[in-house]
Amino acid sequence: MTDILQVRNLVKRFESGGGFLGGKKTIVRAVNDVSFSVARGQSLGLVGESGCGKSTVARTLLRLVEPDEGSIVFDGQDLRQASASQMRALRQRIQIVFQDPYASLNPRRTVRQTLSEPLVVHGLGSAREIEAKVQSTIQEVGLPLSALDRYPHEFSGGQRQRIGIARALVLDPELIVADEPVSALDVSVQAQILQLLDRLKRERGLSFVFVSHDLGVIRHFCDTVCVMYLGRIIEQGPTQQVLDAPLHPYSRILRDSSPVPDPGARIALSRIVGEIPAPTNLPSGCTFHPRCSRAQDDCHRQIPLLTCETSKDRSVACFYPLAAEGVERTPEAIMQ
Amino acid sequence: MNTQDTVLELRNLRTEFRVGGAWHAAVRDVSLAVGKNETLAVVGESGSGKSVTALSVLRLLPEAGARHGGGEILLEGRDLAPIPEKQMAALRGDAIAMIFQEPMTSLNPTMTVGDQIAEAIRQHRHLSWREARALALEALEEVKIPAAASRFGDYPHQFSGGMRQRVMIAMALACKPKVLLADEPTTALDVTIQAQILSLLSELKEAHGMAVVFITHNLGVVAQIADRVAVMYAGEVVETADVKTLFERPTHPYTEALLRAMPRVDLDTAVLEPIPGSVPAITAMPRGCAYASRCPLRETRCEEQAPALEAVSQDHQVRCVVRVESNKRHI
Repeated sequence: MTDILQVRNLVKRFESGGGFLGGKKTIVRAVNDVSFSVARGQSLGLVGESGCGKSTVARTLLRLVEPDEGSIVFDGQDLRQASASQMRALRQRIQIVFQDPYASLNPRRTVRQTLSEPLVVHGLGSAREIEAKVQSTIQEVGLPLSALDRYPHEFSGGQRQRIGIARALVLDPELIVADEPVSALDVSVQAQILQLLDRLKRERGLSFVFVSHDLGVIRHFCDTVCVMYLGRIIEQGPTQQVLDAPLHPYSRILRDSSPVPDPGARIALSRIVGEIPAPTNLPSGCTFHPRCSRAQDDCHRQIPLLTCETSKDRSVACFYPLAAEGVERTPEAIMQ
Repeated sequence: MNTQDTVLELRNLRTEFRVGGAWHAAVRDVSLAVGKNETLAVVGESGSGKSVTALSVLRLLPEAGARHGGGEILLEGRDLAPIPEKQMAALRGDAIAMIFQEPMTSLNPTMTVGDQIAEAIRQHRHLSWREARALALEALEEVKIPAAASRFGDYPHQFSGGMRQRVMIAMALACKPKVLLADEPTTALDVTIQAQILSLLSELKEAHGMAVVFITHNLGVVAQIADRVAVMYAGEVVETADVKTLFERPTHPYTEALLRAMPRVDLDTAVLEPIPGSVPAITAMPRGCAYASRCPLRETRCEEQAPALEAVSQDHQVRCVVRVESNKRHI
């Protein structure tokens, strides 16, 4: 299995203040040394709380936000080195689906105009071919042909998200970056959209980078998951393993605070303390140590790196990771 | 439930909206009761009428486009529907308080949080500013805002989302209400903060012996906080039961479908089952069961006659003729 996307040591800093409006100049490290790769036909989840940098990572993948450092290699080509014309060609192959289906469609264009625009921009086919492509795509996402002559306000949230997905699909991309695609939807509609994405992944062999704050959705849709906290990936691995036996204390807290529809499994809510610190003023060492019950002296001083634990496809950035259930690390195993 | 303990009871509440010159019911025949020291979760998707129900209780819907279409709103046995606006205003924030989803837009950005809470107290109690501020500080401490005394003079924008929601809760609780209506209070928050706010709300409910009506769309949150649950669909209560029964034996086909459509963090769900179709518009409510067009158990009688909410066991009621009947056969 080959990797379609490889991200290495990605860094993005935002600056605020210091301009003519005055104010102290502050730097927000939104993305800090992030590396991951996505295999062809697989979906990778980025999960974390607000401000952890997951959406910024998603946007840098299409250079909607220019990263400051690191490399993004898509199918052997470094996106950061690509010229404008190369980038235009690459954007046919990488498409994005946004969270808010109400804000991401142009209200003054019919669905047909919205869907045919990318094909016209990239000069893909005659008017008749474009029309045929638009018609087959709208049906593929489960909307009737009559939808093409209507405007976005005539559709419900779930239908608009289908249009947003169709817009991404008309160019036959290989990788779709989905930024919270189901977060604005009701559960029943969310399930419809997830089912649609599942089908597209299977039938078209699409790869996904899937951003979400909802671990339930991530568990359902993603093969691997990266848990992010304050701009860093703190744990990475196959979704099921990470959620069933988290190694990083934060992944554990995140999982334990996600409510489960079972009154018998109420969480001990009081254990979760503190809030996410401001990203302008990051704590020293491990950024999680102020909220961590296992923090020791070196957690205040040094930043733990993302290193492999227990098996080669799992890694964690923690000096004192939780022992994985089932693969408990005995003292002998550590000494060897 | 012991009727003496019932604090807030709705009987056949109907709320109508004016759409295109005609009045249509957004909330129909809703009967709910919530007792002292009890959390009733009202769960449903967008447009199910759960928020409108809460706003109808406090009479917060715009008069121009909405009206009370019948039914009783009983606060400790006294019907609030016919009382004049002036008496209603005295009750709001005093006997019945409400917290909203978006704490930033519900707080006044030009007033310090301490003064906002003190103002709410002075609205209902004859106290000096100094006394009201002292009570406001107590309220902020009660909702566990760290260093409450030093944050008393801060403005809302200086607080994080979770802390703002704590301020909202402090304000709602400052007058020791008998009923707290919480409309999606944790929806805008991150999961770890949501967990903190949920545990705070259940502690405060115990401490004050309040009746809490918790409105949410998230069945996971319902399982965490509720004592009893009412599931709403298209303006009606379709199932009501205690929390354990509802999750163990969901009986209305809509409740079942909701649970099957929800991806879970603790289990692998190979297949999610979406609910086909969509909620009928309030201008086009069918004559029969509102869920019939999406229901796998649909029979012809479902489309002809609107089902009533009927008991299937003690304290478990369902609005579905098919299920109620099959339940009777099993007994």
